[in-house]
Amino acid sequence: MIPAAFAYARPTTVEEALQAIADGGEDVKVMAGGQSLIPVMRLRMAAPETVVDLVSVSEMRGVRDDGDALVVGAMTTHHDVLVDPLIAEHAPLLVQATETVADRQVRARGTFGGALAHADPAGDLAAVALALDAEMVIAGSGGRRTVPAADFFVDYLTTCLEEGELLVEVRIPKLRGEWGVRYEKFNRVAQAWSIVAVAAAVRRENGHIAEARIGLTNMGSTPLRAQATEAALAGADASAAAIAAAAERAAEGTSPTSDLNAQADYREHLARVLTRRAVSAAAGL
Amino acid sequence: MTLTEEPRTTETAQPEIGRARRRKEDARLITGRTTWTDNMVLPGMLHLSIVRSPVAHARIGSVDVSAAREAPGVVAVYSGRDFAEEQGSLPCAWPVTPDMVNPGHPSIAVEEVNHVGEAVAVIVARSKAAAADAVELVDVDYAVLPPVLDMEQASTQDTDLCHAHLESNTSFHFVFDAGDAGTGGDTDEAFSGADVVVSRRFVNQRLIPAFMEPRSVVVQPQGDNYTMWSATQIPHILRVMLAMVTGVPEHKLRVIAPDVGGGFGGKLQVTPEEVLALLVARRLGKPVKYTETRSESLMSAHHGRDQIQYVDVAADREGNVKGLRVRLLADMGAYLRLITPGTPALGAFMYPAIYKFPAYRFELKGIFTNKTPTDAYRGAGRPEATFAIERIMDELAVELGMDPLELRRKNWIKHDEFPFTMVAGLEYDSGNYEAATARALELIGYDELRAEQQRRRESGDPVQLGIGFSTFTEMCGIAPSRVLGSLSFGSGGWEHASIRMLPTGKVEVVTGATPHGQGHETAWSQLVADKLGVPFEDVEVLHGDTSISPKGLDTYGSRSLVVGGTAVVKAADKVVAKARKVAAHLLEASEDDLEFEGGKFSVRGTPGTGLSIQEVALAIFAAHNYPEDVEPSIDADATFDPVNFSFPHGTHICAMEVDTETGMVKIRKYACVDDVGTIVNPLIVEGQIHGGLAQGIAQALYEEAVYDADGNLTTGSFVDYLVPSAADLPHFDTDNTVTPSTSNPMGSKGVGEAGTIASTPAVVNAALDAVRHLGVTDIRMPLTPERVWRALQTGGDGGDRAAAGTTAYGGASTESTTGVSTPASNPGGIS
Repeated sequence: MIPAAFAYARPTTVEEALQAIADGGEDVKVMAGGQSLIPVMRLRMAAPETVVDLVSVSEMRGVRDDGDALVVGAMTTHHDVLVDPLIAEHAPLLVQATETVADRQVRARGTFGGALAHADPAGDLAAVALALDAEMVIAGSGGRRTVPAADFFVDYLTTCLEEGELLVEVRIPKLRGEWGVRYEKFNRVAQAWSIVAVAAAVRRENGHIAEARIGLTNMGSTPLRAQATEAALAGADASAAAIAAAAERAAEGTSPTSDLNAQADYREHLARVLTRRAVSAAAGL
Repeated sequence: MTLTEEPRTTETAQPEIGRARRRKEDARLITGRTTWTDNMVLPGMLHLSIVRSPVAHARIGSVDVSAAREAPGVVAVYSGRDFAEEQGSLPCAWPVTPDMVNPGHPSIAVEEVNHVGEAVAVIVARSKAAAADAVELVDVDYAVLPPVLDMEQASTQDTDLCHAHLESNTSFHFVFDAGDAGTGGDTDEAFSGADVVVSRRFVNQRLIPAFMEPRSVVVQPQGDNYTMWSATQIPHILRVMLAMVTGVPEHKLRVIAPDVGGGFGGKLQVTPEEVLALLVARRLGKPVKYTETRSESLMSAHHGRDQIQYVDVAADREGNVKGLRVRLLADMGAYLRLITPGTPALGAFMYPAIYKFPAYRFELKGIFTNKTPTDAYRGAGRPEATFAIERIMDELAVELGMDPLELRRKNWIKHDEFPFTMVAGLEYDSGNYEAATARALELIGYDELRAEQQRRRESGDPVQLGIGFSTFTEMCGIAPSRVLGSLSFGSGGWEHASIRMLPTGKVEVVTGATPHGQGHETAWSQLVADKLGVPFEDVEVLHGDTSISPKGLDTYGSRSLVVGGTAVVKAADKVVAKARKVAAHLLEASEDDLEFEGGKFSVRGTPGTGLSIQEVALAIFAAHNYPEDVEPSIDADATFDPVNFSFPHGTHICAMEVDTETGMVKIRKYACVDDVGTIVNPLIVEGQIHGGLAQGIAQALYEEAVYDADGNLTTGSFVDYLVPSAADLPHFDTDNTVTPSTSNPMGSKGVGEAGTIASTPAVVNAALDAVRHLGVTDIRMPLTPERVWRALQTGGDGGDRAAAGTTAYGGASTESTTGVSTPASNPGGIS
């Protein structure tokens, strides 16, 4: 379990990081905690020419309040997310999901931005970013651009990041109003990836559900929104029956894989059950 | 320090046996600051890496190693042809029938590969990294053959062959018939006359031992002598076998198992890697090291279980069992390793368990497939038997409309019926199933759970509750040598110990039972401290090196305390007897007038006189004054060969919640009461039970080695081979009853495998009890949520799992160490 030889760069600023990526040759991998990259390098499923390690880019770490949104540095570790008071106040769904990520050791090194840029559909945080309508701030040689989460995840382990670009921070809009949230994760052992998970944020108004945002983990090659269920819930009664009916549509538009934990039809079933549970909990039922 | 420390005062001393001492070896084991084999560094040491087959079945065309030979740091590269003349066949020490077919097992494939992960080339380099880098430079030309993967299909006429030069895929057909053996009635008669017959097919899935420390081996040549360090359970057996396989004479070979990090039977083996390391070291005259990666370990270290069990039970309407018939197919994998055939065959004697079956027949076929060979895994034959009998007893109870515990009570051996000769011919020495069961029911709060179960059923709660039992026994203390002989096992089952009294009064205990994590050093110290009356801290236990501990048969089958511990006790008795003569001489008293208590000889009726055994040790070292008719030593050794197995037993009860919407199962409570006879160290016993439960529960709920249709191991990493952690397991309520064994003087029975053997059926029975009223009659192990859900939806046993691995890590299951990657395993935009 020894990786193939590679060059290693450890920049200290975003600018240096972009330069290191540009100078790194044909096959550069950016390391943002290394909790996925190092294992695949050890398995020799990846053999990059250069690894650019962002661990010392301190400007990419931490959480700040930017009025209507929180700005979470891409190199903020899962552990830091869990203990951050701003996130606890304004994005508790992210806290719930991050608590379920792998184990304590992984959470100490793995980063929020690294998990998003890795874009594993079985990873927990992408669906949360999607459900919270997060925006990705991407730095490149030509400056910065901002991409909505819905456009960021392109395919299995693939994002819209171009060669030479770097995800530097994530803007998470603060939830205003009477929101409830729930991350329902389904897996077989504690440290495992989600077989299916559902991230739900529900805004109630006068006994009704005004708005529901539902992110699905591992129901396709990218994280997905359960759009049919969201539409059915908009303006619906905050009742068990209404939620159950809407949740029946949670798997519409998904295309889950079949693997030894779950075949596709079972994943679809789980998505419906877990959506019902997540929305019910988020709606305070 | 003086040579004559004050011996401890005996009046207040607490006996060591029964004391929950923390293990003296743990500090070094858990910090890793110890002699793990991979920690070894020798001057000039070279490193091996192994190129392994990425295909399950193929003829090897050419093996081009030229590019690898040119790679930086590479010293040599060998293919199978380089060792064809000298590698021999890995040994199979248990030919269970005289006509058993053994295809032979090369350590490195020469003409043909028969499972994914089989060695095809070995690289020798100056560093571990250089050796790893060269693996993908070896170009092997495979002419792929159809893989034989389905055991039931492979056992028929309509099948491809795993080994083209054999006539079939069947290695052997082993039969035990109690009627023929004279230990029971005619089975067919029992069945034809029975009121009720229940028949089931159970699948005991393939498992991977998954010990914590990967296998590692270092070989150092010194002239024509060789020293091998290996992470093995069996240094003594390994030495004999290596001598036979490689032709290196036994007296030129020293094998050392330093500290070894777990085995569970997985290191009860003579491995291809050990043989290859020895052959390469001999070829080059240089020390070499090989340490497997976890991927290699999962793929090519031997697997366990993998049996299909067809079980029939006959009974009368009142629930009295009349007969038991077992037909087994056991997957050997591609080759026969050390005790591959014996593992399922050992089960023959355990299927009747604790029940008084008057008739019994057992048939077993060993089948070859193009998969990793199977062999011993914690329990080895006994968990499979226990699973089948405890499952079928529940099925019979359902058929009869009886409470499952009532059915068991009706048929088990009562405590006043011991010793009891079973239908399988074994004489059970002692036990009290009633007492263990009563205590377990109390521990789990049985009546309240049944009431809750009723409430949940009545309210149609989506989460249903079930309660499952396993009233198990096992045969431990392996083993009486004569019995092993009658079973065609290649060795005896005795164990050896010696005790050396050092001049300062300290004690060295040499044991042949080599530990790999069990705590022998602590337990043996407790035994000797009590027997010799010396402080626990004054005892050092030596093991695992054939030069230091020249005789032994190592650790497996819950034998160490029962057989090896008894040898220690007997050696200690001899030390005391020798010391008594010397003490009598020095005290100028008759031996008959000496008392020995608390480590001190004193003359009866003469207070104030006395000599500690530690003082005797110094006196005999000086040897200035000792009796004429003895040699100047009080050291002693002993070899103990038990006359019978020991039979631990216990009652395990699992309460299981089943979420009928998702199929998720969750253990709500688990209580077990194990009778392992006399307990030397309760902390070690509890630890063994906890670890055993984790592994038994893991078989029921989590672990399964899955192969795809091409014979690739899908569960090639811990992402897909799910080993539970403490976070996934419930609190365990454990207790013990103590019915001393009569098979050894200590009265101990063995505890290493109890939790594993007992728990699996209790867990499955509990899950079924939760959903049986919803029409579910069986769920195949492991009880994945999907299987439970499918069984609830459509009946059956939950069916096959999809063979694809999860996509995490980009699908590591398709990977072998040859560096073969598929488009699906390309991890795209990982950052």
